Amino acid sequence: LFSNEEIMKMSVLQEINPNVRNMKPLEYSILAGRLSQIKEELRQGVKKPYQEVLDVYMGDPHKGGVKPLSFVRQVLAACLYPQLVNSSKLPADVRQRAQRLLGRCDGGSVGSYTATRGIPETLIRVSEFITRRDGGVPSNPENIFLSPGSQWSLSILHVLLNPESSPRNGVLSPVPCHNTTTMSVTGLGAVVVPYYLSEEQGWELQVEELHRAMESAKGVCNPIALYIVNPGNPDGHVQSRKSMQEVIRFVSERKLFLLADEVYQDYVFGENSEFVSYKRVLSEMGPPLSDTVELASFHSASKGWMGECGLRTGYMELVNLDPAVMKHIFTMFSTDTCAPVLGQIALDLMLNPPQPGEPSYPLYHMETQNIKNTLAGNGKRAVEVVNSLPGLCCQPLEGGAFAFPKVYLPPSFIQKAKEAGLEPDTFYCSRLLDEAGLLVGPGTEYGQKEGTYHIRFCILTSAEIMEEVLTRLTCFHKQFMKDFS
Amino acid sequence: MFQISVQRVTAAENNNNNNNKNNMSHQAANGVPCRGKVLTVDNMNPRVKKVEYAVRGPVVQRAVQIEKELREGVKKPFTEVIKANIGDAHAMGQKPITFFRQVLAMCSYPELLKDNMFPEDAKQRARRILEACGGHSIGAYSASQGIECIRQDVARYIEKRDGGIASNPDNIYLSTGASDAIVTILKLLVRGEGCDRTGVMISIPQYPLYSAAITDLGAVQVHYYLDEANCWSLDVAELRRALNAARQHCNPRVLCIINPGNPTGQVQSRQCIEDVIRFVKEEHLFLMADEVYQDNVYAEGCKFQSFKKVLFEMGPEYSSTVEMASFHSTSKCYMGECGFRGGYMEVINMDPEVKAQLTKLVSVRLCPPVSGQALMDLVVNPPQPDEPSYTTFMKERTAVLAELAEKARLTEQILNTVPGITCNPVQGAMYSFPRITLPQKAIDKAKEAGHIPDMFYCMKLLEEEGICLVPGSGFGQREGTFHFRMTILPPTEKLKVLLQRLRDFHQRFTQEFS
Repeated sequence: LFSNEEIMKMSVLQEINPNVRNMKPLEYSILAGRLSQIKEELRQGVKKPYQEVLDVYMGDPHKGGVKPLSFVRQVLAACLYPQLVNSSKLPADVRQRAQRLLGRCDGGSVGSYTATRGIPETLIRVSEFITRRDGGVPSNPENIFLSPGSQWSLSILHVLLNPESSPRNGVLSPVPCHNTTTMSVTGLGAVVVPYYLSEEQGWELQVEELHRAMESAKGVCNPIALYIVNPGNPDGHVQSRKSMQEVIRFVSERKLFLLADEVYQDYVFGENSEFVSYKRVLSEMGPPLSDTVELASFHSASKGWMGECGLRTGYMELVNLDPAVMKHIFTMFSTDTCAPVLGQIALDLMLNPPQPGEPSYPLYHMETQNIKNTLAGNGKRAVEVVNSLPGLCCQPLEGGAFAFPKVYLPPSFIQKAKEAGLEPDTFYCSRLLDEAGLLVGPGTEYGQKEGTYHIRFCILTSAEIMEEVLTRLTCFHKQFMKDFS
Repeated sequence: MFQISVQRVTAAENNNNNNNKNNMSHQAANGVPCRGKVLTVDNMNPRVKKVEYAVRGPVVQRAVQIEKELREGVKKPFTEVIKANIGDAHAMGQKPITFFRQVLAMCSYPELLKDNMFPEDAKQRARRILEACGGHSIGAYSASQGIECIRQDVARYIEKRDGGIASNPDNIYLSTGASDAIVTILKLLVRGEGCDRTGVMISIPQYPLYSAAITDLGAVQVHYYLDEANCWSLDVAELRRALNAARQHCNPRVLCIINPGNPTGQVQSRQCIEDVIRFVKEEHLFLMADEVYQDNVYAEGCKFQSFKKVLFEMGPEYSSTVEMASFHSTSKCYMGECGFRGGYMEVINMDPEVKAQLTKLVSVRLCPPVSGQALMDLVVNPPQPDEPSYTTFMKERTAVLAELAEKARLTEQILNTVPGITCNPVQGAMYSFPRITLPQKAIDKAKEAGHIPDMFYCMKLLEEEGICLVPGSGFGQREGTFHFRMTILPPTEKLKVLLQRLRDFHQRFTQEFS
């Protein structure tokens, strides 16, 4: 018990939600602090071996120098300022699209709320896109929800995970994995059950590992869902159909809900790789699996060739869910009213781009091809350069937006890291930031096998920036190896 | 559900599939045993099942259906549904502020910066915003707390609004509408088991985001009644009563207050705000001040004062100890830009360790929509008197607020002419929450049918007159009383039609059930 005086001094908030406390803090916050300092120092004219910091920590193409798509931005501008619809400054198809889209907004304004799951006609467009993509597998617009970006993880996880259950719920999650989902799982009072991707096999998923993960959960928690990212983040692996079928059989046998994060589906450049959606594979496997496996798949306006991370919009398609549960999901969704309208419009455009014959097509085609080729080129170049450096090893990149090479850290360096109170790879990243002005993510942030270290950097950048990133990395790493061997 | 597969299942099995709400297994068409669902109503998060959100609840869903039927040519006693259920100004025909949309269009498509269709002050703001964005694009992620220069602008706006009281940009968190920030703070605070479970004090009536979030987080809702007889004012004695009663079964730690009020529209007096501040200090509560309607003040003698301003004017004994968060949004006031999901919160006197946890928590959702952040920047940094866009801007702003004030007055006036309806003055915000007297027969009929009486009333009003309102039960009300919430947003002529039809309906309803 506290004395009155102590109560007076003690913050009301000292006791906060333990689930929030348990969320692992981001390694990024350590580096972000230093990043701010360095930027300030540069502004004040402090001399450094670089003029500006290159930040390739996040999967953010625009930050990395990739230009927004003209068509998308023109339509958004016309929707924002409808006077542009009548001006000849914009191509005819842009103006038509804007007009049509505005007609679907209440009051003809992007400032109104939309229906809970999203603009109805856009939901139809999304379902048509999914059907086209999946070779004709039908998609019901009633099962599609547009959401404010990664909020999806909160809505479906929120329904799946019962914070009052004992034993606690668990979600099988890949290692390595981008961290927002795992943070959400912890934040909702559930347990992350890791399954390790096989680095030496190009980060492949081996179903035996899923079995092992389930075993490891015994006595710890009750796994109810499996989360999978394809193409992988940060690993860049694109799953084979065979592997996907194994996963589907596994979730069916083990009664797990399947969460398929497919936001990088456009980024496939490996020679023998092809993206196939979980929904399509499921459908092709036929009943009973196709009728029973419960699946949520996710896509986002942040990725694709549009790369509009800042608009914060994505969609979720739910398959084979209990209709009674769907009603509750809808109610939950409605409390957040709707996804940002500009993002909904951008998604509509992304999945329904200009077609040959339309005025915007040539430019649109050129811009998207350019980004596609740049990405493939960057992927190749990154692996080439990284693998030429001693102590760095990158698996072949088949897709996704990142390179995730393994870094060998000498014992003397690991010791120094301990002294600095940092994870060894975070320490490596902080030195890379300080000395080379290059910000990348430490493997600790995403998970890795004990005793191994990695770094993650975005390859969805302009070619020039990629080259500069690799140059700085090369320079720094060579010196690093000299200093610490 | 896959359409292909459903066709192969017999009618009986189809029925079984659709009614399958538990884990019983059943046979599929080809004889292979099917498992029950992984995710059922029985094993899903039980808290989610209890969540309700009346603003988009059953009446609204029926209204959407009716609109569809009208489009298909079904004959009804009305040609359109007047939707007065949600605080969405643009949906009801309010025009956006020209300056804001000009800047945002240029942020979206910077080629337009070269065009002379836009004024220089708009261009300057667009350039500044783009400069602060990664890759000079509103499509890049921002820092999860929000773009730094925008947070600085927000802090400056708050200082100006509050007569010079300092505001630290580090205490500003930009958010996806105010709702995001409100839920985040609640998420941070709710903890404990059994009698130690966090209690959250919220008014009756309240905006149902609060009750939904409280339910969802498994917190305990502690309600304090606003005084309908006194223009929905807040009485500290009532706060105390509610708190003491709550301490029997939970650990109340938060007090939420909406000012100007939703759905009630009351604008709290200075005295009241001071009383609340004294109360939270004495009782060691965290204060959440929802101030999204701060520009929507219409009644004579009423003035918006921020909780923060009053707090600081009460001196260091309070201003250095009371912990609070205030919330604002781009969805209301005179701009009404709901679709942008722009907002912010300012946290005051938050324990630095707790603030670190808050910062960690917001990083999970990466960042708020950048276009919403840009819009918020314009709201806090509008055209100044010496700038080219000032005149038009002020004209538009004044017109919107004047029209709202007139509609507030009109609504109150007309509703009070209806026997059986009493309406408190709409001092601010965007709604009216009148009390309706329902004949006992109607109450009985509703209960027979398993409906809440004011839901029954609103459904009938929708079916007979094509008017969509939200039943008072969705916001909370004293036992035995009934209300509805309507917005004052429809264009004046349509509003008059609505009020007239409502008057006719109420009289008919009263007669029918007498």
